[in-house]
Amino acid sequence: MKMTKPGQKRLISNAITYAIVIVAYVLIQILDGSGNLTSSLRGQLVPICAYIVMAVSLNLTVGVLGELSLGHAGFMSLGAFSGVIVSLGLRDTVSAGPLRLLAALLVGAVIAGLFGFIVGVPALRLRGDYLAIVTLAFGEIIKNVINTLYVGIGPDGLRISMSDQASLGLGESGTVIMRGPMGAVGVDKLASFGAGVILVLITLAIVLNLVHSRSGRAIMAVRDNRIAAESVGISITRYKLTAFIISAALAGAAGALYALNYSTVVARKFDFNTSILVLVFVVLGGIGNIRGSIIAAAVLTVLPELLRAFNDYRMLAYAVILILVMLTSNNDRLKQLRWRIRSYFQHSSRRQEAEHE
Amino acid sequence: MRTTRLRILSLILALGLFVLAGCSAGPTSTTAGTTTAKPAAAIKIGGIGPLTGGAAVYGSSVANGAKIAIEEVNALGGLQFELKFEDDEHDAEKSVNAYNSLKDWGMQILCGTVTTTPGIAVTAESFKDRIFTLTPSASSTSVIEGKDNVFQMCFTDPNQGIASAQYIAENKLGSKIAIIYNNADAYSTGIYEKFISEAAGKNLDVVSTTTFTDDTANDFNVQLTAAKNGGADLIFLPIYYQPASLILTQADAMGYEPKFFGVDGMDGILTMENFNTELAEGVMLLTPFAADATDARTVAFVAKYQAAYNELPNQFAADGYDCIYAIYEACKKAGVTSDMDAAAICDKLIEAFTAADFSIDGLTGENMTWAATGEVAKAPKGMVIEDGVYVGMQSGN
Repeated sequence: MKMTKPGQKRLISNAITYAIVIVAYVLIQILDGSGNLTSSLRGQLVPICAYIVMAVSLNLTVGVLGELSLGHAGFMSLGAFSGVIVSLGLRDTVSAGPLRLLAALLVGAVIAGLFGFIVGVPALRLRGDYLAIVTLAFGEIIKNVINTLYVGIGPDGLRISMSDQASLGLGESGTVIMRGPMGAVGVDKLASFGAGVILVLITLAIVLNLVHSRSGRAIMAVRDNRIAAESVGISITRYKLTAFIISAALAGAAGALYALNYSTVVARKFDFNTSILVLVFVVLGGIGNIRGSIIAAAVLTVLPELLRAFNDYRMLAYAVILILVMLTSNNDRLKQLRWRIRSYFQHSSRRQEAEHE
Repeated sequence: MRTTRLRILSLILALGLFVLAGCSAGPTSTTAGTTTAKPAAAIKIGGIGPLTGGAAVYGSSVANGAKIAIEEVNALGGLQFELKFEDDEHDAEKSVNAYNSLKDWGMQILCGTVTTTPGIAVTAESFKDRIFTLTPSASSTSVIEGKDNVFQMCFTDPNQGIASAQYIAENKLGSKIAIIYNNADAYSTGIYEKFISEAAGKNLDVVSTTTFTDDTANDFNVQLTAAKNGGADLIFLPIYYQPASLILTQADAMGYEPKFFGVDGMDGILTMENFNTELAEGVMLLTPFAADATDARTVAFVAKYQAAYNELPNQFAADGYDCIYAIYEACKKAGVTSDMDAAAICDKLIEAFTAADFSIDGLTGENMTWAATGEVAKAPKGMVIEDGVYVGMQSGN
């Protein structure tokens, strides 16, 4: 096998990532067409897509930017609820479902991106793990604020209250969209697997292109050595913010997709546990490894359903599997073995040392 | 720098794993996914509810109660039922997953879900798929709204609020009322909103309204002080029993002794671990079921339940039990057989449930009937805790 240039290699690697998604989509379609797709798996297709987008977007923050976000579910929540409001607000004016879905995804992404900016500006100017602390608080604040929000649409537009449903004063013609702790009820199910896959592909295009662009190299330079990056004239805050806002916006789009797959969505869903779940996807898939995030998000979303046969021990089995994956993927001997297999196939001893992590 | 960050990260992840694993630390006496195996001709009933996580006590109770009813029905020798109960962790996404996996199993009738938010998501699916749904305890009106094939065994939240206000006013239980409710909880907020509007019409004097959320449910001194300063002699608690137990404990520590009035979420307080049940003396609650009732049906059920699970059944267990009997009676009436598909059964059962002459006598009420909206009609029972057991409250004392 002849040696490939770095550029070519990158191209092949990216192509494989896109191909995995497309092949999975085609496979599912074939299974569905031939009637072999179980309802259980069919019901999980959209959430899987949403979680993949979440994992890839968090990987941009954790792996590429090297900052920790512990409130990524907060951005998902913002996207989810703004997406729901937009999709229901446009119900009378836009009849085409896909158009409303598109509008919901875009607005969800913009709102989440905006909040990413607000959160990021103070936190990313600092050194250290402040972003982790700030996003952790942000996620909890968003959850509690949305829990008290009442939103309705009347003939004269959007009405918002923070006390109760009656104070919206909608009368009979209006519809209530968000009912505080009851969340959004009566959501139209606009999300589809096709739309989910398109969102995943767009996410991949954005993230992979960013990572391999000039900006991406600057972001990684900031991650690897802040002082050196600053000394060559890279604006630290700007590049950190760029990466973080994109990450937040993608999480918002994922949230909108997720919310529009169920007839109801509550703020409590997007709590600390969900943030950690997405972080688990990223870490088990490999920090900085986009393809790993995709696979980990898909597998770990389906896994609890496959484990239903374990009954009471389901969640225990899930946790044990997570720990085993963590141990084996970080095992030096296994790494060596993998490395040997790879070098056996490549017949190349000139490769530099094995990649860390 | 990098190593400390990795260390922090791994610490957080370890915590995360602990949280995830912790979800399984719920009651282990549950019967997740177990099927009561029966010969081929059984009608497949699916159940969905939280068997793990914070709301596990409700799901497990419903599952246990339903299982007892299934065994009894099957022993009668007529129609045969098979029950499969799946866990939803009180989460809409997991609940829809559970629903789909039950569909793969071949579910013909759905007995679920136990909690409200998952219920709204699942009934949207079961409405689309035309699978008859009877929820034991998902009490929000959003669960049944606009879905002709979804019926409730429990009161709706608004009805509980209205009934509580009426009960307090008619029996003159208190002159100055304080309310403490969970404004991050759909159930609690739903009851509160109707209570407050009904209270205004009944000339009930509400002197203080304070709130908490799940995250702040470990200190109620502020709320209790507000109630005390307002001179409240009755505190209305439209909340679940865990925070209520803390309120009782802290009020006792303050030396504040108002009357307490709860709704069906208060049920379970007497079986709570590490709670001094003496503090619950005199607490009143509206609940459709009391384990110490002396009618033959309740006595038999409680005995069976205690023998099987070694604990007193709560209202949720009774709801689950009644659900199976309601389905059984309706199936008998409509002539449903196990070889029909779910959609055909659905149409027949809707007709049976809404028929004028269809009524069920169960543990949670006599002569229960259903409106076409899916709402149940039955009388609430006022209970008061005396000597550690529920005693029926006399009206007009």
